[in-house]
Amino acid sequence: MKNCFINGLSAISTQDTFESDFVNSLKTVNPNENILRATEPNYKAFIPPAAIRRMAKGIKMGVATSAKALEEAGLTQVEAIITGTGMGCSQDSEKFLKNILDNHEQFLTPTSFIQSTHNTVAAQIALRLACKGYNFTYVNGAVSFESALLDACMQITAADIASVLVGGIDEYAAHTFSLYELVGFIKDKKNVPFSVLNPTTKGTVFSEGATFFALENTKNASTYAEVVDIQLRNKLTSAELPTFIASFLEKNNLETSAIDVLIVGNNGDVEFDGFYKEAMHGFKDSIHLYYKHLSGEYNTASAFGLWVAANILRQQEIPEILRINAIEKKGYRNIVLYNQYRGLDHSLVLLKSVN
Amino acid sequence: MDNLKLELKTKIIETLNLEDLSVEEIADNDPLFGDGLGLDSIDALELIVLMDKDYGIKLTDPKEGKSIFQSIQTMATYIEQNRTK
Repeated sequence: MKNCFINGLSAISTQDTFESDFVNSLKTVNPNENILRATEPNYKAFIPPAAIRRMAKGIKMGVATSAKALEEAGLTQVEAIITGTGMGCSQDSEKFLKNILDNHEQFLTPTSFIQSTHNTVAAQIALRLACKGYNFTYVNGAVSFESALLDACMQITAADIASVLVGGIDEYAAHTFSLYELVGFIKDKKNVPFSVLNPTTKGTVFSEGATFFALENTKNASTYAEVVDIQLRNKLTSAELPTFIASFLEKNNLETSAIDVLIVGNNGDVEFDGFYKEAMHGFKDSIHLYYKHLSGEYNTASAFGLWVAANILRQQEIPEILRINAIEKKGYRNIVLYNQYRGLDHSLVLLKSVN
Repeated sequence: MDNLKLELKTKIIETLNLEDLSVEEIADNDPLFGDGLGLDSIDALELIVLMDKDYGIKLTDPKEGKSIFQSIQTMATYIEQNRTK
């Protein structure tokens, strides 16, 4: 059986993660905003101008980050492209549906329709690379990215695939986000400032982003980390969470004491915060980190969490802005990421240092 | 006619997201497809819908399109002669 190594990565997020280095890119966001927007780079270096003009933000973010991850890994081609997205290409979907309503189902144009499907990003990457290999998109709520990652690792470890591009993409779309505000998934602006770590209100600060990883079956001098295992569970009670985590560790022959860092997906929703408290309670001797105070929440924000974890393992450095507790370790070998959204879509990812 | 050509240039830039182009940069006789603006078959569909929606012109013969969509000038001439709104 082969192992699954992260040899390249790239992220577009609310932070300056696309162009800056890991430690310097992470900055505090405005605590009075309930919706954060991704910082966009100049896409022209990565996407031909003729193609850019038809792409909505999510597609541009996905194509650019996949290109950069691939470039960093020194690859020009991959054998599989796997993406995860909770909401897909929402901007073009909204545009197309609005056209239907505004024009009474007449005069429908093709561009927004053909780019509105959830697998548009994976398809655009494949077109750009002329990649005829396995191409799949997972749309599984808040485990969309982890589902893609699980498939990617299975392709490498079990299906003898040498290289995979895997990523998570979700974009801001005005109408969808206004509905989220209406049902209380997005925090009410009356309750500013928002705290992710010590929330008193329901809902989260929503955002958008794209994060891609170039995975290979071999490691090299610039490998970030090894993806050891991924476990998903659709529904859990907080009382069942310790068993879920324990069985995951047991499966990987690890004790909690072997986990140097636990990265949790706290998103500031007081209603579902208990899951993260429970998870941290089980890793009393580990360093606890969080990241959604920097990235905001979206269905594939956990890919940003993996980006954080991979960078920590390669650089062996933890930016202070990520810390929840003050525990220190001499080095970081094993990292567990735990995420859930509104009590559903629980995921555990185990990442190991290659040094 | 000049107003119509200006209107067409603005609409084409907006509809086809030609972000890098301004109205002034599109000459009346620049080819829309190929070497000129570099439009493609998806853009052609967008232009057909634009003709129908904004000027009430239904293009039924695909062969017509080639001459109508040659340039802003040919489009404007055809619209002036055939528009129903």
